[in-house]
Amino acid sequence: MTEPSPPSNDTTLHLLIVDQNVMRAAVLEEGLREAGYVKVTILRDMQNLMRRIVDIDPDVIFIDLENPNRDVLEQMFQVSRVVHRPIAMFVDRSDSDMIEAAVDAGVGAYVVDGLRKERIKSVLDTAVSRFRAFSKLRVELDQARQALDERKLVERAKGILMKERGLSEEAAYSLLRKAAMNENRKLTEVAQSVVTASRLLR
Amino acid sequence: MMNSRTVVVGFIPLLDCAPLAVAVEKGFAAAEGIDLTLVRESSWANIRDRVVVGHFDAAHMLGPMAIASTLGIGHLKVPTIAPLSLGLGGNAITVSNSLWDAMGRYGARAAGDPRTQGNALQLVVRTRERENKPPLTFAMVYPFSAHNYELRYWLAACGVDPDRDVRLIVIPPPLLVDALREGQVDGFCVGEPWNSLAVSVGVGSIVTATAGIWRLGAEKVLGCRLEWAQRRPELLAALIRSLYQAAQWCESPENHAELAALLAQLRYVGAPSAILHRGISNRLRLQPDVEPVSIPDFYVPARHDATFPWTSHALWFYSQMIRWGQIQASTSDLSLVRATYRPDLYRLALAPLGVDVPAVDSKIETDSFFDGRPFDPDSPAAYR
Repeated sequence: MTEPSPPSNDTTLHLLIVDQNVMRAAVLEEGLREAGYVKVTILRDMQNLMRRIVDIDPDVIFIDLENPNRDVLEQMFQVSRVVHRPIAMFVDRSDSDMIEAAVDAGVGAYVVDGLRKERIKSVLDTAVSRFRAFSKLRVELDQARQALDERKLVERAKGILMKERGLSEEAAYSLLRKAAMNENRKLTEVAQSVVTASRLLR
Repeated sequence: MMNSRTVVVGFIPLLDCAPLAVAVEKGFAAAEGIDLTLVRESSWANIRDRVVVGHFDAAHMLGPMAIASTLGIGHLKVPTIAPLSLGLGGNAITVSNSLWDAMGRYGARAAGDPRTQGNALQLVVRTRERENKPPLTFAMVYPFSAHNYELRYWLAACGVDPDRDVRLIVIPPPLLVDALREGQVDGFCVGEPWNSLAVSVGVGSIVTATAGIWRLGAEKVLGCRLEWAQRRPELLAALIRSLYQAAQWCESPENHAELAALLAQLRYVGAPSAILHRGISNRLRLQPDVEPVSIPDFYVPARHDATFPWTSHALWFYSQMIRWGQIQASTSDLSLVRATYRPDLYRLALAPLGVDVPAVDSKIETDSFFDGRPFDPDSPAAYR
């Protein structure tokens, strides 16, 4: 081969992120920019998706797997005459590892026809690792939110008991704890029943 | 785990996922000794990819998708098989109120036959051309789908070139009703409950059920990788038996109300049960203000050998892929297509049940298509 091998990180590629989740799109964009990619476009509006993509003319498209508009992109395989550079998912058997990694991470990747695998390997790796990082972040956020919700619930149950039974905050809390232990239920479950009962009796 | 009895199956929230939901909820899967785990998906592309990478052992799949995967059109070439059909029919073509009004001026009428409706549409298309109006836009759900081919077949037979005279785009089912309301599309071809939902919210009229275009027409299948079928043949056979029995359950009129309520749950289709009941009972409300009418064989889960994976169904889909330029005709592809639908595995799996199954793999469609054109599966490339 006389042709020089392409750089491992081809930062001239035009990348398009199709994602309605603002935070995830931002996490992915940041990762791609850190890796040196300067041409990154984010598309959040799904109206006329095909036409928008034709106008933007990206080399690689990323779309999250939760997005039903993935099927809109798939049509681009079949109507390549309206797209001046046909776009396809990897069609080479040797790309199956890349597909597997992407699908596992929750991202679909589409690449302009003719782009060599070496040119997109690194950008795909970046996207996959960012999607994984976001999933982890989301699990942590969900847990944090749940913990906060549970704390709020217990606070409300305490408030109800203090008001209805004339208890101190400490006494209200120990009443909840005791009920939870006696009934072998979680503190938050007992708190939820107190809040529900109070709403029903109001 | 090699010895696990768990089978993970992906599905799209549509009426014809019914046998899968029933196999779980009514115990048909458990009775066959399998732990059937269903995963609701948001796109056909996800269904295909998650079958390919092994997240799913099998899936509720568009018949043409199993063929496209086997042939490697537009994606990795992964030998995929369809050892069971998930029913016949179930789709309809719905148009916006303004297009329905325009078609009405050219003879379209409620419950009119597909020829009458199609001729009216063709006259609307020609009038718009003369008036220099933009072409009408129709949506379907995926390029490799019965919906795409049925819509194209009907348009073409009525003198409308689906590639030149109208615009055909893909829109995911959950977004179709809004697209129709907002004028983004003038019509669509989709499975239930989406046609009935469009009618019930007053934004569309059902022009024809696809049962009128192709009576007892092929639709979705149970699709899986050939590799999985070869590795876990007894698991696949148990899955086929449980879905066969679940489909029989879905067919019985005394179960229709319960089936509608079951599918209405968010973890399955998540649409109002009264709307789902229309498709299940083959009684559709075609326009917002008219009484429901009976559409014979609109959706057939089990009768007429509806679960049998006819090789001729695969060949009809292949003929349409060739017709619409998705693929070039080739002899080697033809044998791959024949090997995708697997009536042999269906018969093998059902043998212990002692039920009647067709003895032949293919059938000639003589009077099933509305334009009277027969389909001979022995010459799919010559069929235009």
